[in-house]
Amino acid sequence: MNGVHDMGGMHGHGPIAAEQDEPLWHAPWEARMLGIARGMTFPKGFNIDRFRHIRELMPPHLYLARGYYDHWYSVCVAALLDGGLATKDEIKSGHAAPGSAKRNDAIRAEQVWQSQKSQGIFTREVATTPQFAIGQRVRARNINPAGHTRLPRYVRGKVGIVRLHHGGHVFPDTNAHMKGEAPEHLYTVAFSMRELWGQEASARDEICADLWESYLEPA
Amino acid sequence: MSQHKHTHAHGDDLAHHHDIHSELPPDPALRVKALESLLTEKGLVDPATIDAWIEIYESKIGPRNGAKVVAKAWVDPAYRRRLLSDGTKAIGELDFLGRQGQHIVAVENTPDIHNLVVCTLCSCYPLSVLGLPPAWYKSAPYRSRAVIDPRGVLKEFGLELPEHVKIRVWDSTAEVRYLVVPERPAGTEKLSEEQLAALVTRDSMIGVAKVKAP
Repeated sequence: MNGVHDMGGMHGHGPIAAEQDEPLWHAPWEARMLGIARGMTFPKGFNIDRFRHIRELMPPHLYLARGYYDHWYSVCVAALLDGGLATKDEIKSGHAAPGSAKRNDAIRAEQVWQSQKSQGIFTREVATTPQFAIGQRVRARNINPAGHTRLPRYVRGKVGIVRLHHGGHVFPDTNAHMKGEAPEHLYTVAFSMRELWGQEASARDEICADLWESYLEPA
Repeated sequence: MSQHKHTHAHGDDLAHHHDIHSELPPDPALRVKALESLLTEKGLVDPATIDAWIEIYESKIGPRNGAKVVAKAWVDPAYRRRLLSDGTKAIGELDFLGRQGQHIVAVENTPDIHNLVVCTLCSCYPLSVLGLPPAWYKSAPYRSRAVIDPRGVLKEFGLELPEHVKIRVWDSTAEVRYLVVPERPAGTEKLSEEQLAALVTRDSMIGVAKVKAP
């Protein structure tokens, strides 16, 4: 979706303002929110691409005004509502509705390290041979899906060079919508600054983005 | 369970769940506390599990992991070659793979090339080697400008690179995570691997700073 989250190339957001000696958390609730998002039971079939997509669907004014862990709050709440694991009234009150079922399958503290080490592997076997070779010129397709995609607007229609091939990876555009992992070959494509931003941009610098095969066409 | 289904071109129906925010208190501390209470009552989360995750990021996973990778690459040419040709495998040798860091490409700074890592679409970051990202990395100013004005961004971090240095920005649009291997500073020949690791900063492994000699 062409949302506010797709920020590459925007102006007007101000200086970067890096904090000196930044603490790990800026308030205790941030730590709790991270722990909730890592440790809570999500609806069946939920995945990281769906998490990202729900985050993108935040109203733009909230997306820009609220902090990172508050985004996580919004995503977790939306996921619970969407999966029927909680109701609006329960979220508002902070209490389970009388008589609602209690589950006992949440991940336990002693399983957390194993989860940290074993989760998050996205490489998959793909039966097809890669359509593109390292060094080949490719064009990022000009597509504008209303759903989730990891093809940033700023590279669409632009020509680059394939630099790396990562094998098959889960395809976010289907996975985010619970339509399966549909793995595709994943490539790193290098775009010159001039191709992306015009002749006044640096002649030397380049931007690399990781793009799935169906985002690309020969150029 | 939805009272007013919006129609989306892709047939999914998620955006309206964000409508709830107009009915919730603005203070995130209150909302998160209520969420934790609710999930605990429903058996959807165990507070001890939340504590365990916090503990992991406070004490087990952080930029010291990445610094050990970099220092080893500086002192061990064979490891450096393995790291640059297959980052995942080489970082696995040190047991630093994990969530948001199962597929890692290490990119090396040289006198001619400077690498910079960003995620313009969200905030992807090599957590398993660098820990939690700083707030600026997740902020709109960094995410928006790193790809259109990397030299300007680096200047804001006090790093001005000569024209002849090529800047290569890595936009983390997939599940591959990028770790910058900064240049080893001059005058550190006599330092041990451990002493070298202590010099390597988080910012140098994102690419917004160089490593300074002690």
